[in-house]
Amino acid sequence: MSRLTPCFDALRSSGRKAVIPYIVAGDPTVASTVPMLHRLVAAGADVLELGVPFSDPMSEGPVIQRGHERALANSVSLTQVLAMVVEFRQQDQTTPVVIMGYANPVERMGYAQFAAECAAAGVDGLITVDLPPEEVGPLNAELQKVEIDNIFLISPTTPAQRIGTITANASGFIYYVAVKGVTGAGHLDSSDVGMHLDLIRAETALPICVGFGIKDAESATSVGAMADGVVVGSALIDTMTVAMESGSSLDVGVEKAVTLLGSIRSGIDNM
Amino acid sequence: MTDMISPNLFASVPDPDGRFGPYGGKFVAETLMSALADLEVIYRELSCDPDFQREFDSDLAHYVGRPSPLYEASRMSDAIGGGRIFLKREDLNHTGAHKVNNTIGQALLAKHMGKKRIIAETGAGQHGVASATVAARLGLECHVFMGAEDIKRQSLNVYRMKLLGAEVIPVTSGSKTLKDAMNEALRDWVTYVDNTFYIIGTVAGPHPYPMLVRDFQSVIGREARRQSLAMTGKLPDALVACVGGGSNAIGLFHPFLSDESVAMYGVEAGGHGVETGQHAAPLSAGTPGVLHGNRTYLMQDPNGQIMETHSVSAGLDYPGVGPEHSWLKDIGRVNYVAANDDEALAAFHHWTRTEGIMPALETAHALAYAEKLAAEMTPDQNIIVNLSGRGDKDILTVAAIEGIEV
Repeated sequence: MSRLTPCFDALRSSGRKAVIPYIVAGDPTVASTVPMLHRLVAAGADVLELGVPFSDPMSEGPVIQRGHERALANSVSLTQVLAMVVEFRQQDQTTPVVIMGYANPVERMGYAQFAAECAAAGVDGLITVDLPPEEVGPLNAELQKVEIDNIFLISPTTPAQRIGTITANASGFIYYVAVKGVTGAGHLDSSDVGMHLDLIRAETALPICVGFGIKDAESATSVGAMADGVVVGSALIDTMTVAMESGSSLDVGVEKAVTLLGSIRSGIDNM
Repeated sequence: MTDMISPNLFASVPDPDGRFGPYGGKFVAETLMSALADLEVIYRELSCDPDFQREFDSDLAHYVGRPSPLYEASRMSDAIGGGRIFLKREDLNHTGAHKVNNTIGQALLAKHMGKKRIIAETGAGQHGVASATVAARLGLECHVFMGAEDIKRQSLNVYRMKLLGAEVIPVTSGSKTLKDAMNEALRDWVTYVDNTFYIIGTVAGPHPYPMLVRDFQSVIGREARRQSLAMTGKLPDALVACVGGGSNAIGLFHPFLSDESVAMYGVEAGGHGVETGQHAAPLSAGTPGVLHGNRTYLMQDPNGQIMETHSVSAGLDYPGVGPEHSWLKDIGRVNYVAANDDEALAAFHHWTRTEGIMPALETAHALAYAEKLAAEMTPDQNIIVNLSGRGDKDILTVAAIEGIEV
């Protein structure tokens, strides 16, 4: 059974918000991913989002696109991503892991096999950017058999009457995309976010986490005050790669990203 | 499986969910779902509106120059000594290819939706030019996404787009070709969805694009059917068209799909040879998957990563294909074959010297196959080839391949 609902229940009862980092599996190296996940948990991550590299990541901005390219240069496949989750679970049985990616690698593996392998690996949830409710039926049927949550995106352009269609297919949590744009975009409008979260809350009791455009403690607290959690991806990857491009070691790059996540954690906890 | 084909079958696709059998659909990020729904609503409304149809027909007649002629390539047909080859002269359209039929239609939709900014992806540059052209005519802002690799091999079209007032944005991600240009156009659309109309250039992408691009391009086949009856007193025995995304092919094929006597051949880019893996022929050698908003045949590796393609022609250098073609392949209505780079280049020269018609390198793939097909046919049998574009844009490419400095 998915660890997401117990995780959010515990956060809610202690009055805390979820901090959810996103990294691309196999970026910058295959060996760095699992240790980085453990360090992110130690720095305060409640849920982990692990990106499945894809050749055509259509919703990603340049920072995460390059992460996908680096991971593909390391030949990271969906099978290997699941193997990383297995490795992570050897030391951590409690932190929920959500894998996030695009439909085609899952299609290629086959829905039934994918669901079975996710369950065996210890995956808790799935976000597939290009599988809206209209296309998700057959995959959802397989995920439900193994009690893996399917997490849907709701965006600023989602009409109010469509929100119920999405939440009816969703479990685990709802991912609200805070900006019209790709990941890492920089024009977050928190009053607009608040208005949309109210619309979503009218349709579902599921926790709502907000992502796209959250890059530091300040932007995280501004939306964290209204949501059940925040997702931060591009900022972590950018921090890591900028450090490495200016000559720092992989370890220092990872440390800087982990430190940023820690500052977001304490910013949200102290707001 | 051909026994299941009935005339109604072809009018029944796509279904209300945008599916052609198992193919098509709307595999996009949530942010675009309402834009696609809006587009579908306005298209369904306008496509039954006689005023809209009149406006479209009038633009095709007076701006594009339709109907395009059906021309009997007598000297080539005599030289082959088999079936008679007729050319549907889309190269004579304004801007030099079939692409403009669709951009005229989509620009009219943009106008009715009040969108002031249009974006487009382009491979060979023909769709970019056709988009920049209609944008100039309607006073719309136009941004064209083009792979950095394609910008190099299609420099004339890049300059044409700039002259028309479009901004050409080089795409440096991935393989730097058409698929990456489409990724970048989708990223732009998701960002500026409120004021932007995305003019997709082929019968791919999410529903309703494969349907509406097909409908706009079907003018080709409707005219060809009428012209064939008038000129020869009968329907053609075979149709041949090149297939990248497949818009010129579907435009020619669609009005003939219920005519059982008409055989159809879609010619993909065989590149260095389908057996080498270096090609752009997903229907000949690919497997079904999901890319750019639809389920269709793709060139992909066993892990579901999209593979880099190769073709001498930028316009065919795409790892996917329109979903309706995937369906037509599976039900056996259309035969999909491939012509290699070398065969296309030979046809480019052969047709230029024999008929005085210089085809685009994309079109040359169809001509290469038509020569083989005609040789197996008899002089009482007719083939219509969609001469989808003219070859001026490819002169520098051909010269470079042959080591000639222009």
